[in-house]
Amino acid sequence: MEIKKRNEAGHSIISLIGEVDLHYSPRAREEILNTLKDKQNVLIDLSDVSYIDSSGIASLVEGYQLSKKAGQSFGLLNISNAAMQVLKLARLDSVFPIYSNIDEIQN
Amino acid sequence: MPDVSTQDKDIEHVIRVENLVTHFGDREILHNVNINVRKGEVMVIMGGSGSGKTTLLRHMLGLHQASSGSIYMLGQDITQLSKKQMYEMRRNMGVAFQGGALFSSMTVAENIQLPLYEHTSLDDMTIKIMTRMKLEVVNLAGFEDLMPSELSGGMIKRVALARSIIMDPRLLFFDEPSAGLDPVVSAELDELILRLRDAMGMTIVIVTHELDSAFRIADRITVLDQGQILITGSVEDVKNCDNERVQNLLNRKPKDEDIDPEAYLQRLTREG
Repeated sequence: MEIKKRNEAGHSIISLIGEVDLHYSPRAREEILNTLKDKQNVLIDLSDVSYIDSSGIASLVEGYQLSKKAGQSFGLLNISNAAMQVLKLARLDSVFPIYSNIDEIQN
Repeated sequence: MPDVSTQDKDIEHVIRVENLVTHFGDREILHNVNINVRKGEVMVIMGGSGSGKTTLLRHMLGLHQASSGSIYMLGQDITQLSKKQMYEMRRNMGVAFQGGALFSSMTVAENIQLPLYEHTSLDDMTIKIMTRMKLEVVNLAGFEDLMPSELSGGMIKRVALARSIIMDPRLLFFDEPSAGLDPVVSAELDELILRLRDAMGMTIVIVTHELDSAFRIADRITVLDQGQILITGSVEDVKNCDNERVQNLLNRKPKDEDIDPEAYLQRLTREG
């Protein structure tokens, strides 16, 4: 798994790339929680996720919950088909704010 | 051992059982069994009581020592693995046993979390969220603090399923998932198994004698009888198979065994 970060439209965008599994999800979690600690609004770009397991999804859930408590914005961007299937399995596709592109947030 | 499935030389097989023979004492239980399971498929192993299907499953899990033959899981022959290597291999394998095999002294959540504490160093919050997600998946949200003794049979099976998928294993094994369940719960469980295959890309091996369930969920079926494979193929292949023993199983027809009077008398009157 690779992690890339960029700032756009008032958000810190964290791109998770490749396989987010039991081995790599702690890195993703750390990145998400640290970015939230910096009081930034966060978007997780999942367009290049080829596989994500429950531990990866759990990191997204924890991040979203923390953002709500802190009054920060948090959402999922460009969800790959593989990631969406897992979100649907866990019935989380209706829980997260989901955007198909950055323009949706600005609008 | 006819495998009537279409030619699959180019398909990735994540499980390969080759020429497996096993004995209990002097009795041969599995006779030269060969099965290939493709990545991402639901393979149902069917057969009557005593056909050897649960024994085959236990071999795949590395719980029995084979007399001869090989069992390749994800490319490794598990009959040749050391205990440590087998421990590593089991990270890729989830199992739901027929009776649930839950620890009676642990809560539902503790039972489900056990593999994560055993095999990973994930933080407690991640483990807690994962556990609750799996309980949602098996329709048992809010039951995490109950003890197994407070659950119905169907709920125990679903907790066992939640535990078997907590690590999102690449290989998932079920022993009689529908046995003893009412038709609605059984159909729900079947649906869940298919969702796991589709969403997580799991390869799933299910041992069952429930025909309706097998036909609903199988990509392919292997029929075992008296320790031998009668056929491996699609649901249609199996339904259309003209082997009498296969048809007897499908039509729930009891075996008509010719009795050897002399052997029967010997069995009844032998010393000891």
